[in-house]
Amino acid sequence: MNSDKPKKKLILERQKMSRQDPLLRSKNFKEVALGYTDEEAVVEAVRCIDCKKPLCIDGCPVEIDIPGFIRLIQQRDFLGSARKLKEKNSLPAICGRVCPQEDQCEKVCLVGRKGDPIAIGRLERFAADYERRIGNVEVPKLPAPSGKRVAVVGSGPAGLTIASDLAKMGHDVTIFEALHSIGGVLRYGIPEFRLPKAVLEAEVDYLRKLGVKIEKSFVVGRLRLLDEFLMDGFDAVFVGTGAGLPYFMGVPGENLNGVYSANEFLTRVNLMKAYLFPDYDTPVVVGKKVAVIGAGNTAMDAARCALRLGAESHIIYRRSREEAPARKEEVENAQEEGVQFHFLAAPVDVLGTPDGWVRALRLIRMELGEPDDSGRRRPVPVKGSETEFDVQTVVVAVGQGPNPLVPSTTEKLEVNKKGCIVADPATGETTKKGVFAGGDIVTGGATVILAMGAARKAARAIDKYLEGEFEGKYWSPTASSSSALEQ
Amino acid sequence: MFEIVEKKDLHETICLIKVTAGLIASKALPGQFVLIRIDEKGERIPLTIVDARDGLLTLIFQKVGKTTVHLGTLSKGDSLADVVGPLGKPSEIKKYGTVVCIGGGIGIAEEYPVARAFKEAGNYCISIIGARTKSLLILEDEMRAASDELLITTDDGSYGVKGLVIDELRKIIDRGKPISLVMAVGPVVMMKAVAEVTRPYGIKTLVSLNSIMVDGTGMCGACRVSVGGKTKFACVDGPDFDAHEVDFDLMIGRLKMYLADEKRSLEEFTKKQAVHS
Ligand SMILES: Cc1cc2nc3c(=O)[nH]c(=O)nc-3n(C[C@H](O)[C@H](O)[C@H](O)COP(=O)(O)OP(=O)(O)OC[C@H]3O[C@@H](n4cnc5c(N)ncnc54)[C@H](O)[C@@H]3O)c2cc1C
Ligand SMILES: Cc1cc2nc3c(=O)[nH]c(=O)nc-3n(C[C@H](O)[C@H](O)[C@H](O)COP(=O)(O)OP(=O)(O)OC[C@H]3O[C@@H](n4cnc5c(N)ncnc54)[C@H](O)[C@@H]3O)c2cc1C
Ligand code: SF4
Ligand code: FES
Repeated sequence: MNSDKPKKKLILERQKMSRQDPLLRSKNFKEVALGYTDEEAVVEAVRCIDCKKPLCIDGCPVEIDIPGFIRLIQQRDFLGSARKLKEKNSLPAICGRVCPQEDQCEKVCLVGRKGDPIAIGRLERFAADYERRIGNVEVPKLPAPSGKRVAVVGSGPAGLTIASDLAKMGHDVTIFEALHSIGGVLRYGIPEFRLPKAVLEAEVDYLRKLGVKIEKSFVVGRLRLLDEFLMDGFDAVFVGTGAGLPYFMGVPGENLNGVYSANEFLTRVNLMKAYLFPDYDTPVVVGKKVAVIGAGNTAMDAARCALRLGAESHIIYRRSREEAPARKEEVENAQEEGVQFHFLAAPVDVLGTPDGWVRALRLIRMELGEPDDSGRRRPVPVKGSETEFDVQTVVVAVGQGPNPLVPSTTEKLEVNKKGCIVADPATGETTKKGVFAGGDIVTGGATVILAMGAARKAARAIDKYLEGEFEGKYWSPTASSSSALEQ
Repeated sequence: MFEIVEKKDLHETICLIKVTAGLIASKALPGQFVLIRIDEKGERIPLTIVDARDGLLTLIFQKVGKTTVHLGTLSKGDSLADVVGPLGKPSEIKKYGTVVCIGGGIGIAEEYPVARAFKEAGNYCISIIGARTKSLLILEDEMRAASDELLITTDDGSYGVKGLVIDELRKIIDRGKPISLVMAVGPVVMMKAVAEVTRPYGIKTLVSLNSIMVDGTGMCGACRVSVGGKTKFACVDGPDFDAHEVDFDLMIGRLKMYLADEKRSLEEFTKKQAVHS
């Protein structure tokens, strides 16, 4: 293709990615999106005009060389493309599937001004999948061991990222994970049909190849304290324990049988494979009609799982569709599959049967008022508008807070009002010497890529710290020396 | 890891196992528990750490459903896929004065480490243990050693005093000697009854709540209980709670949540077992 011409004749429409038929997929847990073929990927890649000042890179929290990896797809160097991606993103097959690209790189893509932006996420996924499919995953040559040991607490995207970064820098890394399985939300939260566990397994394998040690079923704060890690000879600790504390609505009836937190519901289904009960031992109870409260990614995942478990599935959200925090693609997927949406409605009561099971929700209609702190219009209840909505199962997906186990068992680790660990966003430095933190435990529930970005920054800081080149801003030398004197 | 090095049947339906878990054993304190998973397909179930020494955890369980029945079929030399812990806040052990430790049924296994610790901390320890019938009464000798006084009840009168543990509790209260603390573990209805006995006297009463759990780290909310009108997570805020504040009826309801599924699961398991043997 001549290099000047296509720029004038932009291909405005993006390549469609084939997906499982909605009717079919609403009954199975297999992946919904099937990915591009080689040909589709090349055609899509050719749409990229290789901007001189690529805005897409600014839109990416980890600054992937987007035109660079896309160019390699144009040249059919798919492996090269995957490696280019991995220079900045250690989990491209995951990010290509779950990142909210429409709010990041694709939002600012120049081509998007005239038509559909380049399908950056789908191309990312394509390249990463290609590498995995070919089985040609390259492990970089590791530098000589530094002799320094780092403990990583939590194996979500933050923990996985920092472990691979630090291992590549020559440090001896051990991940400590409370669950019996690695991956954090990627494992217990995001369902198989959106992120196949085989993709995650490949990433975990990669970590092992880098020499990262993994301790599962290890609850930090109980089995070992952060301070003990530091005494055990770990030179630094990274805390990436996520935002896994489920919030409830605080309405009457919330502890009735049949009311789940989204975390419990998803953990039963995804981690414990309740959808294969009784072949797998863990049950999940799903009535004929399920109401999921909330409209974030968590809510969509729960609603789509409920559907796959054979229920009629409803999303109930107090704001309007425009404010729904879930990825657009997932809202569309859910809708296509038959999840029903009820906007501007909020539960005020969970009503029960005499023997303690959910029977219905009492919903109140909402109107949108003035914008609140989040810039979104505040929902205001309409007096006297309550109605009953019959359901047998309720899944509460109204957000989650930081897990308090590590902060509450660690001295001198400062947390903010919400219970999030206070850490310098540029370095992950906490108020405790040698302890760094990043991801949802610092920001509250956010995204995979932001957790990875925070981990990447913390990796650099920890590397410097281990070399003795990091000046702590928040560590209070007086405080620590005085307590040392006390002992 | 997590090898069963010893197994004993205490009753047709109650087993004791000792499992290797060095680090957990070195950390475990009275009142704490572990979550175990037998194999890849298994459910995560909580069991109290009855004893922890020499790198071994002693667990005692009652065969009530699929997982505990399956666990009961394992023998010495078999291994568990996971043992995670020690979980939960340790019981608050200090010198209170006179404490009454009540264990009902399998709850005796859970009461035992706490009773022992109370006694070691210098408390005058009166224990009441009860079971439906004599053969179901476990850890009698151990409880005797851990107590200054031991009272035994059976529902059918086959051993000890015929009656319920709360009958004995009333008698002790009637003696008039001040009681600093009552700690009760057993079936929820028993714990509820204990709470009602001590409430009018204002005796501080603790119970260890056996709610259904999944992760045991405060992540899922499965174990939530209502205490003093507030939702608490038994796995991280407990398992010990002030008995006078617990909504026992809610808890009784929540324990029934999976009855139908559990029944099905156990049936399929027994069928498979029958084919194999
Ligand atoms: C259902 C769901 C769907 C989502 N969908 C998307 C999406 O599509 N796109 C997107 O970008 N983001 C999505 N998110 C958000 C995203 O998953 C999180 O922002 C991200 O996983 C945060 O990563 P993390 O590494 O900070 O923590 P987590 O992924 O939460 O991992 C924390 C890990 O630490 C472990 N841990 C906690 N306490 C301890 C302890 N004391 N000792 C040892 N280990 C401990 C936990 O078991 C867990 O494995 C979703 C979240 C949920 C819940
Ligand atoms: C902190 C804690 C400590 C425990 N310690 C012990 C112990 O030391 N020894 C012991 O035998 N049991 C203990 N339990 C109870 C034990 O976890 C359950 O008996 C077990 O989960 C049942 O699993 P299953 O698959 O065999 O039975 P399931 O098929 O799950 O259930 C069978 C029956 O057991 C009841 N049941 C289910 N879960 C529980 C539960 N969590 N607590 C009480 N009853 C339940 C149900 O009502 C059901 O009818 C403890 C529970 C908790 C929360
Ligand atoms: S902004 Fe869009 S067109 Fe430009 S380089 Fe990035 S992906 Fe390609
Ligand atoms: S068992 Fe999940 S929060 Fe307690």
